[in-house]
This record gives sequence, structure tokens and C-alpha cells, in this order.
Amino acid sequence: MDIKDIIKPENVVYSKTPVLSDAIMHYCPGCTHGVVHKVIAEVIEEMGIQDKTIGISPVGCAVFAYNYLNIDWEQAAHGRAPALATATKRLNPDKYVFTYQGDGDLASIGTAEVMHACNRGENIVIVFINNAIYGMTGGQMAPTTLLGQVTATTPYGRDAKLNGYPLKITELLAQLEGTCYVTRQSAQNPASVRKLKKAIRKAFENSMMEKGTSFVEVVGTCNSGWKMSPVKANKWMEENMFPFYPLGDMKDR
Amino acid sequence: MAEKILMKGNEAIAYGAIRCGADGYFGYPITPQSEVMETLMEQKPWETTGMVVLQAESETSSINMVYGGASTGKKVMTSSSSLGISLMAEGLSYLAGAELPCVVVNVMRGGPGLGTIQPSQADYFQAVKGGGHGDYKMIVLAPASAQDMYDYVGLGFDLAFKYRIPAMILSDGVIGQMMEKVEMGEMKPRRTAEQVKAECPWALTGKTPERDRNLITSLALDPNVQERVNIKLQAKYKEIQENEVRYATYLAEDAEYLFVAYGSMSRICEAAVDQAREAGYKVGLLRPITLFPFPEKQIKDMIPQLKGILTVEMSAGQMVEDVRLAVEGRIPVEFYGRMGGIIPSPDEVLDAFVKFFKK
Amino acid sequence: MAVKGAITVDTEKCKGCSVCIANCPTGTIALSKQVNGKGYNYAYMENPENCTGCTNCATVCPDAVITVYRVKI
Repeated sequence: MDIKDIIKPENVVYSKTPVLSDAIMHYCPGCTHGVVHKVIAEVIEEMGIQDKTIGISPVGCAVFAYNYLNIDWEQAAHGRAPALATATKRLNPDKYVFTYQGDGDLASIGTAEVMHACNRGENIVIVFINNAIYGMTGGQMAPTTLLGQVTATTPYGRDAKLNGYPLKITELLAQLEGTCYVTRQSAQNPASVRKLKKAIRKAFENSMMEKGTSFVEVVGTCNSGWKMSPVKANKWMEENMFPFYPLGDMKDR
Repeated sequence: MAEKILMKGNEAIAYGAIRCGADGYFGYPITPQSEVMETLMEQKPWETTGMVVLQAESETSSINMVYGGASTGKKVMTSSSSLGISLMAEGLSYLAGAELPCVVVNVMRGGPGLGTIQPSQADYFQAVKGGGHGDYKMIVLAPASAQDMYDYVGLGFDLAFKYRIPAMILSDGVIGQMMEKVEMGEMKPRRTAEQVKAECPWALTGKTPERDRNLITSLALDPNVQERVNIKLQAKYKEIQENEVRYATYLAEDAEYLFVAYGSMSRICEAAVDQAREAGYKVGLLRPITLFPFPEKQIKDMIPQLKGILTVEMSAGQMVEDVRLAVEGRIPVEFYGRMGGIIPSPDEVLDAFVKFFKK
Repeated sequence: MAVKGAITVDTEKCKGCSVCIANCPTGTIALSKQVNGKGYNYAYMENPENCTGCTNCATVCPDAVITVYRVKI
């Protein structure tokens, strides 16, 4: 069979969702952000909620998420996205409101905001990208950087005496009464991406059921920050990140 | 005539918010303004008007909740005092940069640092000259009574939405804690979702096929774009300066000397004007109601009739700099102030006037 | 039932990260020798006869540049 006979509109089984804009993403090749953006966009398309979704972008690499998902967006000050989301959702309960935050934004400067939004049980979705490094500012230590991991501010590896321990903030948030769904996912292969999509969909659905906060961590790569090729970074993540940040649901009620 | 009710200035803020159709209040307790949120919680407006009231985990969070609410075109506000406003400085800069309307109340107390819970006016610079980073301004309204506290919430929202700018009500512990009769205006309903869409086409109301996605941000990495953002902001501030100056005068028509004071100090200076007149001195008062835009032209216009100006503040002398800028050295401008929570008496003000101008 | 697949790549948007190649179960995809406007070697079907249209490549693509087609034969 000739390829020309296969490549026809009626034979499409996968194409870019129209909720993703046509802008070329500024992310480095192989960056996990792109996959997660795509998954969120696909969930929005499948649920038919493009006109009812408000996204809140962080400070960090994902600050420009608003250029890629064709929905209404707020851009938050560093770490404050859950506070914005709190008011946005309380004043607009008919909207699906989600924040999209990295590890520096959510687990360092924004610890108070995420803790209290989750503890109040705000009916929002929080998508947390944990790649154990500050990407945008050039690869410094994040709260989630692993012990021994080399970054621009831990050039000899993270040392607990000097830098403290990697923060398992997702485990902390799972303890709070206000969270209804807390899960840790990844996006490095087809199976993990499909699981992630199910998790994001569940989180979005929860947010209309007054069940509390849904929190989806995605363990991802920063191949530029880690100084690896994208494929090697995925392997390093599986070997080093997953043992410390095990995947799976921590809470689902 | 509407009923007058005795209440604190802080309570008047709460009633003013509910009755002007505010959609949300987000705050954090701090003396001397805690009655604002206490009154709102007691009134439970979510059961009547549908207004959201929420106690946040910090002032930082409060102002960012305001940012989130304002992004959707809602009338949202917060209140705090001095050091709490310092914590909000980042958020205020973001609100100004993203051109979001909101009302922020500062019931000032003495500083710097943790300072005192007694009244002060030492946050004038913070309110009028910036406070946060970047070239930005807020509309700043200075109430002098509990009635003003009530009225300026609605006025603040009107101006904030007219210009897409944060409006600050710069009050102090005297006005916040003082009980006075307040005439409550007509109850205005909250705007419907359709009204918000019509009045705020920029607001995040959900991206429909009929329009492009809306974006609320203060980010423009390209310096050429960022400069254009700034030029637009400055043009807006100029328009506000030209159109929105508000001030009041007392016995100023034939005055040879002028007191310039705002907020609670203007009330004290009014008494000092009376005492000065009794002593035979032709003194009047100009009370700026808007601190930005400052009544610069109005002061300038009075210079020909004046021999001198005494600016009185509960600070080391902040607004006096704007008075001097307006006067441009053409007549003497003196300053009298007390700091750290001390409130000057009318006698002290008169003594200062005599010392500067009659000895 | 046998299936046959094919992909198209938006070559100007592809960054050549190779994640699709690592996740292709049939060895269909490789990076081209040519570069796009940004200087990236982009993904293409090196062995089109192998493609089953399983969508794995498109699923993991961070830049959503792959469209997948499938026919039953």
C-alpha cells in the first residue's frame, strides 16, 4: 500500500488538538512541559470545556504556557498561583480553574500558598512539574533536587548538611484534609502519558464536584539543566528520580 | 433622608463594600483594621449579595487573591495596615502592570518595622510614589471621616474600573477606629456575568469561539514591548492627573496662609484654622482627597494670595515634598509633624504656624 | 486484522529531541540528515513499511508535531 493512500484525512488517528495553539514552544527539545501542556489541552478538548477553563501560569519556564493553550490565562507572581486560583474559582464557581507550577514556584517560594489552598480544599486543579531543578534561571538547586545531584548552586552535589533535604511536598499535601486527589505521574513513554491524561481528567472532573483540591505531580526532565540528551534524561529520571519520588496515587476519595 | 448609623471607620469600609456591589474581599487580620473583615464575616454577605469573603493565610496571599479575582473582571478588594501593605507591594506592582482594577485599603499605623499600632501617615511615599518595583501609580484616596470610608469604597471601584488601575484608600488608625455617624447610600446590586462581559471585555470569562483568548499578565520580555507598556501606563496616569483630582478647602478664599493636610490631620487642622482665625490670623485649609492625582495645580493657583504654607502630617514630612514641588519655591513651605503614633493637637499646629510665620 | 500506518511530521516545529524514536516499537522513525529552519535534524519515517500507526510517537512528542494515520488492510 502506498504511503499516499494512508496519509489521508479520513485515516487520521492522532493529531494535534486545536486547544493547543500553533505557536512553536520555547521549551528545549524533549522538555516534559510540552507533553504535559498537550495532555491538558487534550483533556480540555475532550471534556469540551475550552470556554469554561481558566489557567494560571507560574514564574519559571512555564510562564509562557499562555502562548500554547488557547484558553483564558492569568500569569501569577512567583509562587502565588494557588492564591490567584482560590479567588478565581470562588468568584467563578462555574469555571474549571487550574494552576501550572514548577518545583521552585510551588515547593519553594510558593509553599505557603499551595499548602493553604490545598488545606482549604479549594475546588481547583494544581499541576506540579517536578524536574528537580530551576530551569529558567539556569539550572540552580530546587527544593526537590536529589541528594548528590549537581546543579549550578550545588556544583559538588546537593549536600544535606549544606542544603537540606529534597522536599516531598506531594506527600505533605496528601496529608491535608482539603485534598481529594493527590497523585504522582510521569510523561516519558506512551503508557505514562496515557496514565497522566486519565489523572488530569479526573482532577478536572473533581473540581466541579466540590470534593476539594486535586493535585497532580508530574516527575519530569530538564535535559538542559541536567546536561543530558532528552532520551538519556528520561532514563536518568527513571533510575534516580522514581526511587525517591515513586509514581502512583497517594489519595483518591 | 437615609438613616444615619454610628459605626467605626473600619466598619464603614465593610458596609461600603457590601452595599456598592463588591464581589469579593480577601484579607488577613492586622491592627488597627481588623474590624473590616470581622464586620464582613458577621454580615455574611455571601448569603445576601453573594459577595465572597475569605481570610487568607497572609497579606501576600490576600493581594494575589485580589489579582486572581480582578482578572475575571470582579470587584475585589483587600485591606491591611502599613507592614501588611509592605508585604503586598509585589502584588500591587503586578496589579498595576497587568492593569487590574481593585480597591486596597491601608489603615496606617506607626513604623518603620513592626512599629506601633497607633495611627500614622508615614506610608504616603509608599502609596503615592510606588512602594513596589517599577514605574507605576495607584489612585490614592484619603478619607477624613467614617463617612468617607464608606463612600470611597464605591468611588474607589468606579475609578479603578474606569482606568483599569488599583485604587488605594489611604486611611489611618484614627479614621479606622473613630466612631461616627454614617449615612449609608443606596444598595447597589452586584454586576451580572453579562454585565461583567460587556463592561470588561479584557476579563477572563472563558475563551469562546467569538473572541481570542484573554490574557492577564505583566510580562513583556522584549524591551520594545515593555517600553510601550510603560508609555501606555504613563499616558493613563497623565489622564488621571488631568481629570480626577479631588480636594476640599476650608476658609481658603481669603486666606493669607494655608494649611495643607489630608486624612485625620485635615480634621485637626480644621480646628487649628478656627483657632487661628480667632487669634486674628487669616489661615485656611486645603485637604487633598486624591493624593494621586495630587492637587498640584490647585495649590499653584492659590500662590498669589498666600504668604506661606504649613503642611501638617503624622510623619517626618512626606506629602510636603509634593506641596513644595507644586509651589516651586515661590513662597515659604514649612512642615510640622509628629511620628510613631503621636497625633498632633490643634494647639500644637497653631503654635507651629506662629513659630514659622508670625515670629 | 493487519494494519498499516504512517506519520507526518511538522518539520519546521520539530526539535529533533528523539523521544519519538526511543518510543517507536517498530523502528520506523529516525532523524533526518537535513536540518530545519532552526537548525534541528527533524524526525521522519526512515522505514515507512514498519509503521503500524500505533500513535506512541505522537503521544510522547513534546511539541505535538506528529500526525498519525492508520488503515486496516
